[in-house]
Amino acid sequence: MDITFSSDLSAYVAIADVTFIAFIAMTLAGGLVAILAKQLIHAVLGLIISLIGVAGLYAFLGNYFIASMQILIYVGAVSISMVFAVMLARPPEEVKQKSMRLATKIALGVIVGLFTAATVGSAVFAHRWSAAAKVTSGDTPVEIGIGLLTRNVLAFELISLVLLIAIIGSVVIAKRGRGTGKTVGGEEL
Amino acid sequence: MQIQSPNILLIVVAAVVMVLYVFTNSAVLVWVERKVSAHIQRRPGPFEVGPFGLLQTAIDGLKLMAKQLIIPAKADKRIFMLAPVLSFVPPIAALLTVPFGKVVQVQNLDIGILFILSLAALNVLAILIAGWSSANKYSLFGAVRSVAQNIAYEIPLLLSLLTAVLWMGTLNLGELVDAQGGFWFVFTPFGFIAFVIYFVTGMAETNRAPFDLPEAESELTAGFHTEYSGMGFGLFFLGEYTNMILVSAIATSLFLGGYNLPFITLNGEGILWELIRVLIFLAKAYFLIFVMIWMRWTFPRVRFDQLLNLCWKVLIPFSLVNLAAAAIWIKAVGG
Repeated sequence: MDITFSSDLSAYVAIADVTFIAFIAMTLAGGLVAILAKQLIHAVLGLIISLIGVAGLYAFLGNYFIASMQILIYVGAVSISMVFAVMLARPPEEVKQKSMRLATKIALGVIVGLFTAATVGSAVFAHRWSAAAKVTSGDTPVEIGIGLLTRNVLAFELISLVLLIAIIGSVVIAKRGRGTGKTVGGEEL
Repeated sequence: MQIQSPNILLIVVAAVVMVLYVFTNSAVLVWVERKVSAHIQRRPGPFEVGPFGLLQTAIDGLKLMAKQLIIPAKADKRIFMLAPVLSFVPPIAALLTVPFGKVVQVQNLDIGILFILSLAALNVLAILIAGWSSANKYSLFGAVRSVAQNIAYEIPLLLSLLTAVLWMGTLNLGELVDAQGGFWFVFTPFGFIAFVIYFVTGMAETNRAPFDLPEAESELTAGFHTEYSGMGFGLFFLGEYTNMILVSAIATSLFLGGYNLPFITLNGEGILWELIRVLIFLAKAYFLIFVMIWMRWTFPRVRFDQLLNLCWKVLIPFSLVNLAAAAIWIKAVGG
């Protein structure tokens, strides 16, 4: 192994810490924007920021392949489709939300939050965490292919099922749009 | 396995150099674009200002920088300001992984080509939010067209690049170049088809004529950047020219053997050899850019249905068949 770190690592550790915190802040801030935004398009952009933050965390953990895929698929394809849909579906006005009493909102929020925190928290604290085995390398096409078709084959196949459902869903929605005379996706496209 | 030494200083310096390169390159390309268009279409204007019309670019740049930035009253201001930056920054980051030479490459990532593609995906987002936030129907139409075009053309683009990746068995740009050596991938039949498909889709991805429907001036004023003035427009402009380089640089490294001459692999050590390699790489990349400019001023803009038909009915089937054929060939004969 050819390690060529310079002798004093503290500066790099500091930079790494700052990067890590910056990505976490980005993820959380994006999530907050996604929840709190009054305009749908701002919410989607918040989601994009959050997803880029998650990609940054993947890169920080040393898996550049997953990080790239995160940006390529979620930011490049999924989010853009969402922005596209929002743009076509509504004029850029503020969405009037169904008004719910504030007390109800807070109560529901607290219940859901506590439930999630309890489930996730119990799982996190019940597990005895050990340092993850260092992934040596996984960025060549051969390794990625072997990984996808052996260890992760179930997830890989399930994703295709999800995509199939998405395709069927979009066909159904598009057909309904044509039937009632309303255009869903702009027919002149 | 080699742990890369933390070379943040190098990356910062390289990023600054890249930004300078991007600005210089855009200035030169604007001039080249004017000259080529003038020669192709008999436009006398670009010959007038300064020696060989060289001052025209400087004056244009000055004009762009001096202009007032006008934000439309109904625009979504924050997003409106964000869009040009988003279209300008990712191509520069992507340039950091381009192997201009064996040594002249800022960061050789194992997933180099994937990294560039993921950054290129942000360009659509920039155009989309630019068009949306302008609160202008021309902008919105430009953005909508751009997304339809980019999503469609991304498929044959990825498939043609996948053919090259499959053939050479790596995503690392430096290794892709070395795997070809003197025998460029474009010399194989699969490589040739993939290269043609890549180049056509690449031009569509950079939104340049004949595929410049997102900014078709005869129908949409200026498309998604109608409302941008001064450097707001300037950044989109720089982004477009940087994307041109990126497209040509990828074509050069994946299909045209990078810094190698045809049938001659350049492995020499030392600064002089490196300089020769960089010059060869740039010569190839700029030749491709010249072809792009040439096409822009030769072909009329395609209609939107023609554009999408070309993609879905010609490019995607051909690239799929090409990929399958290359895979079968590799399995049967060996790459």
